[in-house]
Order: sequence, then structure tokens, then C-alpha cells
Amino acid sequence: MDKKYRFVAAAIVASFAAASLAAQSKSSIPRTKDGHPDLQGTYDLAMLTPVERAAGSPLVLTDEDAKKGERQALARKVSGDAPLKGDRPAPPVGGDGSAGPAGNVGGYNSFWIDAGSQYTVVDGRKRASLLIDPPDGRVPQMTPDARQRVARNVNRPTSDQTAREDDPGFEGNGAYDDPERRPLGERCLMGFGSTSGPPVLPNYFYNNLHQIVQTPDSIVILTEMVHDARVVRMNAEHLPPAVRKWMGDSVGRWDGDTLVVDTTNFTDKTRFRGSTQNLHMVERFTRVDAKSVLYRFTVEDPATWTRPWTGEYTWPATDELLYEYACHEGNYAMGNILRGARLKEADDAKKKTGGN
Amino acid sequence: MEKSVKGLMIAIVAAAGGAFAGAWATPMAGQAPAAYRAPRTADGKPDLNGIWQANNEANYDIEMHMARPALALRPGPYGPVAAAPVLALGAVGSVPPGVGIVEGGAIPYKPEALAKRKENLDKWLDRDPEVKCYLPGVPRANYMPQPFQILQSPSAVFFAYQYAGAVRNIYLKDPGPAPVDSWMGQSVGRWEGETFVIEASGFNDSTWFDRSGNFHSDQMKVVERWTRTGADVLSYEATITDPETFTRPWKISMPLYRRLEKNAQLMDFKCVEFVEELLYGAYRKKPLSRE
Repeated sequence: MDKKYRFVAAAIVASFAAASLAAQSKSSIPRTKDGHPDLQGTYDLAMLTPVERAAGSPLVLTDEDAKKGERQALARKVSGDAPLKGDRPAPPVGGDGSAGPAGNVGGYNSFWIDAGSQYTVVDGRKRASLLIDPPDGRVPQMTPDARQRVARNVNRPTSDQTAREDDPGFEGNGAYDDPERRPLGERCLMGFGSTSGPPVLPNYFYNNLHQIVQTPDSIVILTEMVHDARVVRMNAEHLPPAVRKWMGDSVGRWDGDTLVVDTTNFTDKTRFRGSTQNLHMVERFTRVDAKSVLYRFTVEDPATWTRPWTGEYTWPATDELLYEYACHEGNYAMGNILRGARLKEADDAKKKTGGN
Repeated sequence: MEKSVKGLMIAIVAAAGGAFAGAWATPMAGQAPAAYRAPRTADGKPDLNGIWQANNEANYDIEMHMARPALALRPGPYGPVAAAPVLALGAVGSVPPGVGIVEGGAIPYKPEALAKRKENLDKWLDRDPEVKCYLPGVPRANYMPQPFQILQSPSAVFFAYQYAGAVRNIYLKDPGPAPVDSWMGQSVGRWEGETFVIEASGFNDSTWFDRSGNFHSDQMKVVERWTRTGADVLSYEATITDPETFTRPWKISMPLYRRLEKNAQLMDFKCVEFVEELLYGAYRKKPLSRE
């Protein structure tokens, strides 16, 4: 078949599929008075499905693998919830050297953690990764320029980074020199793990609630951590390039029954996964049924990746209430972390002179 | 000729006087004429959607006040002058006068609370939560000198404030008492005719009413009344009850105005970043000069 015809045929099949999907869901999904799908609700994005999956493994998990992973997650929770022995010894000075919060001097115990217990379900199947494109489920390669840039910026934490709980002790030279060198989550500027996004990602740790409130002119996407409200202006133009926003500038439009949110005008402070401030995000919110919204995101930054990449997962509605995540107001740790580093330096200097 | 000039002058004086009297007779926000009927949302409720902002000096001092040289003062040889840490700001750091938003003029503090308010004012620079970019609380969030957006749908009412990115989700179904105190409190809303009534409670004792040390305890409850009184005016009233701090409930009221710019929108004011030097700068490996 001629290439062009093949393309047309594929397009026809795709549009039929889309039409039938739309027809099927049209009657069953909640709608606002203006006829658009009602995306409102509170959603719990805690889940096991990671952003990427192992090279060569399929997107859809086998029942067996899904059950195994979910069983392991449950077992971790049960063991984490078990009472500690009252006569246990103190942790060794400086931690025991193993990875993770339990391995060093200790952070949160499992009471505080709600990392998710299930894989995300899309089209009725459990998924092994959020990434669907590239089809291998791996974030595309960075351009050589981007790799150099990231190497230069190694001391500037990015929005997708966690508080480095996995790093027992030290993060490299200068990591405690200035508040600006600490991760954005630790500074209470934004939640960690790109929880506010865009792209909005599960953080695999805690506080994964999100709320959508929808009006004809504006739609707000609230991220529990750190009370970050991204207002999507409907059918509006982007801000001029000189104005930048922490979560970018989001404008929305309806594409049939899908809310399409286009985001540009990022700062150079978040640099999601090493991207530049020219990152371009397209998010698509589709109401699947009364209890779930399909969230699809496409990440594009030619100065960073050799091609755009796309992920998707389901936002399941929850009846849980979302409480205030005041962070900065109680951030005693930030000052203490830096002060601790200064004290350690003074201590080390004293030891050095003492040894001479 | 002379007579007619005199007559004209009398007319002008009378008109000016009338305007003057009229200004005084203008109803306070909240006692707005009942005649105005607000546009409706899809479910027939008055439409509060939009970007709103107070146009007053309440964030400096909610009580009626004269202008003063600075927010932080010290005794000068002939009266108070700007305290050293804010001296360099000059007129930029001075306090504009305001007619106040407290009905009846003064806040009915208990004597010991009034003493604390004075102490707060004296130690303003150390104590005002706004200096540290803390969440503003209620009602202060509504008259910070920055816009906020109300998003109202049949199933949700949400307030997004530009200052510090503060937010309030207004429950339309009462979830019961707040399980824990918070900066922005827990808000439950209901419609009373043209007015959206919010009962807010579950506050901590760490927010203030203004930059003048006016404060409350964690016993505070705020009942807010939001009423559209014109195409671009939203009447705001709040009754504050806090038996630990005040001798009786008291009320504030003010009009809020729609931001009419074609491109009106909330922008970023993540001030946490702006106060890091203040709060943590001394712990830098190489601290910057503080002079």
C-alpha cells in the first residue's frame, strides 16, 4: 500500500476508535452545565507504577507480576508498621550505611508514609510504567549539550528530585553551603518528586492528594504538597516570555471531551529532569468514569531530549479530605541543616589543628 | 449679577455639602442595597467567580490610623522615628493612613490582650508572620495588597491567594470539627439568599490581622459573609469571635473590587524564596554582609 494511503487508513481507524470511545463514555460520565466533562474531585495519586520501566519489558503487567509487586508493597507496609522492640539499641553513629531512611540514623517511619499499594490501571490493565512513548518506556536520551549542562548544574537540585533520603549523609561538595543548594522540597518551595508538576507525577512517598475545581473560565489544579494551586486559564494566551512561573504558565482548551492544558514560561529553577526553562508541557485530562480521570502528559524540550516523550496514568478519585500542607512555617530543619554543617566544619577544623 | 453669583455659590456649597453628607451616609459594605441581583452560576447561585482585591490600608492596620514614619519605630528626640533596620527605606517604608475596617472603630481587646498587642507592635519586625512569608490566615488573606481568585462551581468553592500561594477549599458539606489547627483554618460554606456564608475555625494562634500586631488565639472563629453588590464589587464582612482575646465578638467590613485588567490573573508570589537570606543567610558557608 502507498504510504500516504496507509496513513489515511490508520487515521480513519483511529478516529473511529476515538468516536466509539467518546460515544461509549458520553452518557456515563459526569458533566458540568456547559456540557463539558466534569473533572472535579479529589484524587489520590499514590501508586506503585514508576515513571520508567526496565528496558525490554512490556507496558502491561501480567496478573502474576502485578500481584507479586502489590504483595511485596503490602509486606513492606506490614513490617514497617510492626511495633519496634523497646530494648533495641540506638542506631550506630552516622547510620548503618545502608540505603534509605531506615538505614541511616532514621527519618520517617512507615506511619507517615503513604507511597501507594497498587499499580495504575489504564484500560482495565495494570501498567509497568507511566511512560508509553517512546514505546520502550524509557525517557529518551539527552542531547550531548544537555548532558554537559546537567553535569555543570549538578549542585542545583531539580523539581523531580527527592530530599535525597536515599543518600546516607552527604551529597557532594558544597551541598550544605547555601539554602539555594538544598532540594526545592526541603526549602518548602515546592513538593518533591514533581508532585505539583507539570508533569504531575506520583512522588512514591506521601501527600499525593490533588484537587481539581472547574469553572468555565478557570480550572485550578491543587497539589497537596506544598499547597500549590496552578490556575489554568481557559482559551487564553500565554504570558510574554519575560514572565516566568514556578509551575509554568498554563492555558487550557477543550478538545472534544478532553481538557488540553498547554504549559510554557517555566523558570530555570525547577529544570524538571534536567530540562531548560523552555520546557513545553501538554497535559490531557479525560474523564473515564465517575471515579477516574485519565491523565496524559507530553514533555518536549529539544534542548534537552532528542524527542518528545509521553506518559499516562489514572487519577483515582478519593473521599479523603485534603489538609493544609504548611511547610515553610515550620521549617526548623532548613536552618538547622545549614547550622549543623557549619558546626561540623568548625569541629573538623578543630580536630585537624588538634592533630597537628 | 452679584446676587446670581452668590446664589450659584450657595448652590455649589450645598451640592458639595450634600456630596459630603452623602459620602458619610454611604452604607458600609454589607448593608448594600438589596436591589442588586448578581449574575448566576449554572446552578442559580450568585456568581462570585473572579479575581478580587481589597483597595484599602487594612493590612497596615485594621483600625483607623494616621500615617506614621515606619512600621518599626524607635523614640527620636522629638517623637518616634524609623527604627534602624528599616531606616534606609525612607518614605517607601512609611505607613499610609487608613479609615479602618473595624466596625465601631476599636477592637474590643481584653486588657491583657491589649498589652500583648502593644508588645507585638513594639517587636513588629520579629513577630509579624508576614515578614517571614508565613501563611496569612483569615481574614487577613482577603485584604493583603495582592489579588486573589474565587473559583466557584456547583460542587466546589475554592480561594487561591496570590500572597504566599495560600489556598482555602471551602467545604460545602460540613466534615465536622477540624482535626488539627492550621494557618488558613477549616472553612465550611453555605448560601443564605444572595450571600455566601463561610464559617471558618480550626486556626492556630500564629497569624495576625495586620502589620500592627493585632492578633488572636487558637480559639478564634470567623464568620464571613460574601455578597455581590455590583458588577465589580463584592461586599465582605467578617465577625470575629475569640473569648480568650476579645471581650465580645466584633466585625470588620469592606468592599472588595474586581481586577478589571483584560489580562488580570494570579501571578507567582512565592515569597519563601525571598526570605531565605533573612532566615538562613547567617548559616551560609560564606555569609553575606548584613550591613
